[in-house]
Amino acid sequence: MSKELIDAMVNMREQQAIDLAKRMLDEGENPLKVLELCRKALEIVGKQFETGRYFLPELILSGEMLKKISKMAKPFMRQDVKENAVALGKVVIGSVKGDIHDIGKDIVVFLLDVNGFEVHDLGVDVSEQKFIEAINQVQPEVVGMSALLTTVFESLKRTIEAINETGLRDKVKIMIGGGAVDEKVKEYSGADAYGPDAVAAVKLAKAWAQMQT
Amino acid sequence: MNERWITPSSDADEKQESQFETWISGENVPFVSVEAKEAYKARATLIKDSIQLTKAPRRIPICPSAGFFPIQYAGVSMYDAMYDYDVLTQAWITYCKDFTPDAYNAPTTIVPGRVLDILDFKLCRWPGHGVSKQLEYQYVEKAYMQAEEYQDLIDDPTGFFMNVYLPRIFGSLKSLDKIPLLPPVNEIVCVPPALIPFGTEDVQTAFNHLAIAGEETMRWLTAVRRLNGTIMGKGYPAFSGGFTKAPFDVIGDTLRGTKEVLMDMYRHPDELIEACERITPFMIKSGVASCKAAGHIMPFIPLHKGADGFMSDEQFRTFYWPTLRKVIIGLVNEGLVPQLFAEGGYNQRLEVICDVPKGKVVWWFDLTDMSRAKETVGRVACIAGNVPLSLLCTGSPGDVKAYCKNLVEVAGRDGGFIFSTGAGMQGSKAENVRTMIDFSMDYGIYKSGDQ
Repeated sequence: MSKELIDAMVNMREQQAIDLAKRMLDEGENPLKVLELCRKALEIVGKQFETGRYFLPELILSGEMLKKISKMAKPFMRQDVKENAVALGKVVIGSVKGDIHDIGKDIVVFLLDVNGFEVHDLGVDVSEQKFIEAINQVQPEVVGMSALLTTVFESLKRTIEAINETGLRDKVKIMIGGGAVDEKVKEYSGADAYGPDAVAAVKLAKAWAQMQT
Repeated sequence: MNERWITPSSDADEKQESQFETWISGENVPFVSVEAKEAYKARATLIKDSIQLTKAPRRIPICPSAGFFPIQYAGVSMYDAMYDYDVLTQAWITYCKDFTPDAYNAPTTIVPGRVLDILDFKLCRWPGHGVSKQLEYQYVEKAYMQAEEYQDLIDDPTGFFMNVYLPRIFGSLKSLDKIPLLPPVNEIVCVPPALIPFGTEDVQTAFNHLAIAGEETMRWLTAVRRLNGTIMGKGYPAFSGGFTKAPFDVIGDTLRGTKEVLMDMYRHPDELIEACERITPFMIKSGVASCKAAGHIMPFIPLHKGADGFMSDEQFRTFYWPTLRKVIIGLVNEGLVPQLFAEGGYNQRLEVICDVPKGKVVWWFDLTDMSRAKETVGRVACIAGNVPLSLLCTGSPGDVKAYCKNLVEVAGRDGGFIFSTGAGMQGSKAENVRTMIDFSMDYGIYKSGDQ
């Protein structure tokens, strides 16, 4: 059934994937194993995205399947397992001050989350101060900043400068993304990297989190 | 019923020619001088020649997308521009005077703020109403239509908008949900029941809001029309006029929302396709009507969810392109020139979007490889674009010049090219905008073109 579950998820057969996961859980399969299979499926979907076979719809739909299955699996988990789940790393993320768009950021948050990151989503229109407070509090390996509007490139730059001034800059890696953000904006803002899509964000975060452990 | 809008009608050429003739003549434009009229005609002709692909124009027309740049350049706030129509029009006059692009964009995207206030508009936040007074309005992403409502939309798009969607997106128009269905009003006995809602206080209040918002819109429109007369009167045509959208984007942008519409391709594929088909005639008709109202031939069509990354080529061909193509053919059949603004990258779409009648549309690119676009789409359509906003916002005039030089050489080769930006220019440095326009106007002269 393990292979079938991965297959169903990878091939976007949502209902079949849900039914299979439910059957496995009902029959006493270890919920952590079921979730592990889901993650494997998501990894394959991510690879298909990188090779240009899959696109946003598949990323989102497979993530949704994982979310549904996680919800189903929760009641089957022992309390200590739930509490001791170790995240891959911590990410503080938000749309920078002046920008209230959230769809791109939300997709990144969603993918980071289903890929095992502890994500602290500060929402939209996030001030420099709020970013700094969150970095102090959460102590993330990675900070993500989203900017769709071309008028908030300045805001992006100021936020990173503010982080520099507090001395927190060496403790985090900063990735930026959104609409017209590219290498040039990365240079301008002083970020460590930019990601053209959500999978790139997950890849960056994984690489950086690994560096720090 | 025969399937409509598959091939262009036999009189499409003739209609386009006649539409161009009217537009280029500037018949209702209050020209300040004979020279201004001639300059207007010459600039409009540059655009026409580029579109029709029959000959290279004298030089490449320079038509950047102003976006909200004129407001920032004038040193006023977005709030002032949306609430004070004199401020708005003055900003546009200054921009056109200082930068002199060949064609300008009428400031119809700077919608009147008071109208949004009166109607309690929910789709966006705007300056002073959820975002700072300095910033532009921004869309609030949400599913404004649920998946189980597809059938209602398909059965009766107008009824669905009237009774369900508009009450959701306008707080002041909640009671439009009481407006009766119209086809049942067809017999004497049907008259009183149909009128009952109009006698209730809340429906009357909603109509009152509409009347006040309509009056405010007329004040704004009067100012914008006067402005258009002033700029065109000096010899500068508008780059576009009228507006419509791809049916998939109508569903995806502000009805279902991005995440939902992308998943609908798996969860509700048939309903999604049928809804796009049902919306198609509306998008053609509104494109035609809005062009007529603007006295223009080029409806602006911003394309969103079909960009690279949003879906596969197969999904694009299945869900996005068929109905967009129908909209294109429907507009072409009226002699109009769809101005297809492909936001984001369209590198994966270049093959399929070549399937348009030759010399009848403008494909305007943002992050697309212009060299590949020229080789493919450029054979059948005028291409436009694509100075990146990241460059205009963060680069130096030297960087801008280098980019423009290459763009003119690659995309401008042998005509069929309108020089523009990859998106609205808000956030750009003024010196970069000036360099871009001045340099490209000089550099884009066709040596062999008819002088």
